[in-house]
Amino acid sequence: MNYNWNWSIFFEPAPGGTGTYFHMLLTGLWLTIQTGIFAWIIALIFGSIVGVLRTLPSKTAYWIGFAWVEFFRNMPLLVQLFLWFFVLPELLPRSWGLWLKQMPNAPFYTAAIGIGLFMSARVAVQLGAGIASLPRGQKQAATALGLTTLQGYRYVLLPIAFRIIMPPLTSEFLNTIKNTAVAITIGLIELTGQARSMQEFSFQVFEAFTAATVMYLLINIIVVTGMRFLERSLAIPGYITGK
Amino acid sequence: MIEINHVNKWYGPTFQALKDCTTKVAKGEVVVVCGPSGSGKSTLIKCVNALEPIQEGEIILDGIKVNDPKTDLPKLRARVGMVFQHFELFPHLKIIENLCLGQEKVLGRSHDEAMAKGAKLLDRVGLKDHANKYPAELSGGQQQRVAIARALAMDPIAMLFDEPTSALDPEMISEVLDVMVDLAREGMTMMVVTHEMGFARKVAHRVIFMDQGEIVEDAQKDDFFGKPRSDRAQKFLSKILSH
Repeated sequence: MNYNWNWSIFFEPAPGGTGTYFHMLLTGLWLTIQTGIFAWIIALIFGSIVGVLRTLPSKTAYWIGFAWVEFFRNMPLLVQLFLWFFVLPELLPRSWGLWLKQMPNAPFYTAAIGIGLFMSARVAVQLGAGIASLPRGQKQAATALGLTTLQGYRYVLLPIAFRIIMPPLTSEFLNTIKNTAVAITIGLIELTGQARSMQEFSFQVFEAFTAATVMYLLINIIVVTGMRFLERSLAIPGYITGK
Repeated sequence: MIEINHVNKWYGPTFQALKDCTTKVAKGEVVVVCGPSGSGKSTLIKCVNALEPIQEGEIILDGIKVNDPKTDLPKLRARVGMVFQHFELFPHLKIIENLCLGQEKVLGRSHDEAMAKGAKLLDRVGLKDHANKYPAELSGGQQQRVAIARALAMDPIAMLFDEPTSALDPEMISEVLDVMVDLAREGMTMMVVTHEMGFARKVAHRVIFMDQGEIVEDAQKDDFFGKPRSDRAQKFLSKILSH
C-alpha cells in the first residue's frame, strides 16, 4: 500500500479558514455530543411515558404504547430519518413544508428528534420490563396507602424500575450517541461528517478516522463512567442492585 | 364498619373466586378469616379496599359503597390500613420515609408532622433505632412490624391483614403477632386472614371459615373452636391443629 502517513495533518489549516483540521474534528465532536444529548432527552421523556402506558391496566393505553413501540422499532433508523427529513415536508400543507425545509439547523433538529423517537421505543420496552419485574404487591401496597395511580408510579414503581434497568439504559445511551453518525446522510456535519470532509480535503483517510474513532471512544468512556457512578450512588442498600 | 353483601367475583370468564359471600365486621371487632389455600380468603380481604374489583354484590365501608364508580377510592383506601403477606415495604425508601410517604402525599401532612408520627409508631413497634435503614437491611419480622406501623401512620379506621405471618420464619412470627394482639386489645377494627389459630383464640371475636370461594362458617370464636358446624371446617381444624 502506498500511503503517506502524516500525523501532523491535524495541525495544518483546513480549507474554509476556520482553523486547523483538529479544530474541524472538534466542531464535529461538539455537534455529535449536542445531537446525542438532545436525542437522549427525547428518548427518555417519550420512552418513560410509553413504557408506563404499556403497564397500565387500560387497554387503550396498552395499544397506544404497543403501536408507538412497533412503529419506531420496526423501521431502520436511516429510513426514519429520510422520512422525517425528505418525505414529511412534502406530505404537509405547502407552507408548513416550506417552513420546515427552510428552518435553520433543520438537519440537527431532524436528527435529534428522529434518533430520539427511534430510541424512545427501546427505552419504553426496557422500562416496561423493569416495571413488570416488580412484585405485584408493590403496586397494591401503594394503592392501599391511598396513592393515586400517578403517585404510585411517581413515588414507588418508577424509582425502583429505573434503578433496575440502569445497566441496559447505559447501553441505550451509548447507542444514541453512536446512532448520531447516521445523521450524516441528511447533511449533519457531525464527527463522522467532519472526518469525511477532512479525508476529502487532505486525503489522510486513516488519520481522520483514527481521530474520529478515538473521540467516539472517549465520549462513550465518559458516559459509561458517569452512568456507573450514577448507578452506584442510587443503589439501594441490601437490595438487588446494591453491591 | 365493613359490610359484605352477596359478593360474587370471577377471575376471567369462568373461574369464580367468591360465591355469594356475606358477612360483616362491626366497629372494634376482630374477625379472623381462615381456610385452605385457594379458598378465596385473600381475594375477599382485597375486595374490601377494592384492590380487587367485584362483579356482583356490594361492599360498604364505614357507610361508603366501595364498588360504586363515584366513590373516591384513593381517599377511601387511605382510611383502611392494609398489611401484606410479603410486607411490600418500598425498598428504595428508608424505614422512616416508608412511614411518611402516605402521610405526606395522601393526607397532606407536613414533613415534620409526618416524621414525628412515624417516629412515634416506630417506637411503638419497637424499631425506633432502625428509622434510617432500608427495608432490605431488616429481618422479615422487623419489616412486617414496619409495614404495620406504616398502615397505622394513616390513622386508619380499620386494619386488613392478608396472611401477615405466613412468609415469616417461625421465630419471627410472635413478634408480629404481639403487635397485632396489642392492636386488637386497643379496640382496632381488624379483619385478619391467617392460619394462626392461637392468635384467633386469643383476640378474635369471630372466625370465618372459607372453602372454594364460599363462606362456609361464620361463627363466634368459642362456637367455632368448640363445635364447628360444617364437616369441612372440622376437617380443616383437625389438620392444622393436629401438630
